[in-house]
Amino acid sequence: MDTPATLTFSKLACSKGGRLLFKDVDCTLAAGHWLYIAGANGVGKTSLLRMVCGLAPVEAGQILWNHTPIGAQHDSYRQDLCYLGHLNALQESMSVQENLMFTSALGGIALDVQKAKSVLERFGLRGRSQQLVRHLSQGQKRRVALSRLALSTARLWVLDEPYVAMDEAGIQMLSDLIATHLDHGGLAVLTSHQRVPVGTHTAQLLELKAP
Amino acid sequence: MKTSVTHWFKFASPQNFYHLAGKLWPWFAALATVLCAIGLWIGFFVAPVDAQQGQGYRIIFVHVPASQMSMFIYLVMAAWAGIGLAFNTRLSGMVASALAPTGALFAFLSLLTGALWGKPMWGAWWVWDARLTSTLILLFLYLGFMALHASIDDPRRADRASAVLALVGAVNVPIIYFSVKWWNTLHQGASVSLKGSSMASTMLTGMLVMVVAFWMYAIAIALFRVRNIILDRERHTEWVKHAVA
Amino acid sequence: MTPTPNILGAGSVMLAVLKREVALGLRQKGEVLTPLVFFMVIASLFPLGVGAESGLLLRMAPGVLWVSALLAAMLSLQRMFATDYADGSLEQMVLSPTPLGLLVLAKALAHFLLSGVPLVLMAPVLGLQFGLDSRALGILMLTLLLGTPTLSLIGSIGAALTLGVRGAGVLLSLLILPLYIPVLIFGAGAVEADAAGLGFGGHVSLLSALLVLSLFFSPFATAAALRISLE
Repeated sequence: MDTPATLTFSKLACSKGGRLLFKDVDCTLAAGHWLYIAGANGVGKTSLLRMVCGLAPVEAGQILWNHTPIGAQHDSYRQDLCYLGHLNALQESMSVQENLMFTSALGGIALDVQKAKSVLERFGLRGRSQQLVRHLSQGQKRRVALSRLALSTARLWVLDEPYVAMDEAGIQMLSDLIATHLDHGGLAVLTSHQRVPVGTHTAQLLELKAP
Repeated sequence: MKTSVTHWFKFASPQNFYHLAGKLWPWFAALATVLCAIGLWIGFFVAPVDAQQGQGYRIIFVHVPASQMSMFIYLVMAAWAGIGLAFNTRLSGMVASALAPTGALFAFLSLLTGALWGKPMWGAWWVWDARLTSTLILLFLYLGFMALHASIDDPRRADRASAVLALVGAVNVPIIYFSVKWWNTLHQGASVSLKGSSMASTMLTGMLVMVVAFWMYAIAIALFRVRNIILDRERHTEWVKHAVA
Repeated sequence: MTPTPNILGAGSVMLAVLKREVALGLRQKGEVLTPLVFFMVIASLFPLGVGAESGLLLRMAPGVLWVSALLAAMLSLQRMFATDYADGSLEQMVLSPTPLGLLVLAKALAHFLLSGVPLVLMAPVLGLQFGLDSRALGILMLTLLLGTPTLSLIGSIGAALTLGVRGAGVLLSLLILPLYIPVLIFGAGAVEADAAGLGFGGHVSLLSALLVLSLFFSPFATAAALRISLE
């Protein structure tokens, strides 16, 4: 593995609809650690996550991946990034396997079908790889989205309320997944209304407040 | 040298531009009125009667300048929109939005005067002349720009989306113009113009004066309009609350 | 360690997008067939509106068929991005290391295959209703074959700009119909020019030029518009 990655926020500010949500946010996250973003509803947690992905514009300040601004990195940054938002990014009319093949291809890797089957089995979706996503329950769809995470080779995981609509078993699976990811030198940034422990890794806390 | 550049950059802030525009627009409005008066006087009283078309041709003094301004304003609007996209400045998008209605108005004026000219000439209120048709399409492009902007709630996203549209439109304007000309010549269409008669120098002077008059008007009204847009967009800030109080 | 995508990698990703779009289109046949039926209906409205006098029909055939094809192609533009926007797949495409412009190109190509090609194949059948001879039908098909990809490419810009916007369908039409006009003029004009003995070569070259131009420039505009819509 090459040099450990770092994610840095430098004097970050965000505005939405003309209103300033937060400003002067500084933070450094090292490899093997995870960042828990806390704050009241509407303070801008999702906006911050989307800024990290490069989906939302930055009002002021910079986001640095390995000490280089993400704006300057384009493709190589996105190679290292895996985002799980509120939406599952699953096409209802296609099967679980077809969906995983597609999202894998988007990430630049061909899907290893055997590995996919074992990941699905781990998430309690054994034998469902040919089933259309439309026929799955809400919780099962969420687990398919998590499988995407498990199959990704990205070093930075950005998760927006990943525990929503999950039962206890699912929550445990996810937190184990994140723990393994961190053990291998990955980084994770997440928001959640539930404080779920991730293995033995203590969270680095970032509290967002309105200015 | 450096100080003068930074001096101009200070006007990129909406607040400073608001005050600058407030001082400038009455001057442009005055210039526009004076030049318009001169231009129309030349057009309607000084310029000689045309050999082929008699008095009716005089509408050219409004029709051609309006037509040219509508095209010119579209390019200026697209340029401001492009600057806003490239440098992420808020003011550029506001200026582009301020220009659009005026450009549309000139396009409409050009079509209206074209019809007024065409009626005595061809007996019809509309002819599928190359310039008229291109101006009609330009009007659609303006309306599309304004419609897109109006339908997006977030002003920042609205500015950026309509900026992309304006740039795509600007690239297409020459293509559309060329294709319409091709279409018109193939179909031996009617032409609303002074073809076949030479232009007396007074006619040219008159049209030039009107072009400049319209230009001054466009600047004046755009400055005026952009002030209102600034007030609306920046209404959360302190200086606007003071200014409006 | 994942290798950075090389040119071949980008091609495979584009192929994956293309295959997915086509597979979805084939599964949701209704969505693909409706514009085709629309094409037939609009083309049939004209004789009903202006009378079935054969000379008149023959003269207006290329224009009518081209306008009908254009409107039908436009009908299906919204599905290019709307479903993916709604379920979050579009975000994943924007976040892909493969350049977004290439993915957009793949989507526009899929749109052409699913909507343009059926129109090209249906056109001669309708052309017969208007009394066009086989030479004219051939020219018509050629112009549609060259023109419909351009319509898909230019249309993708409009589809991207109006994502998630109120009244997107009608607004999309207002935005791109002016941009479609050059394609319409050269496409419809070819048959008439040939009938007048001027040959259709000029029109075909111009259509090809428009296609090449839109191949190069529209992916940029569409990608920019998509990013703006996702902000």
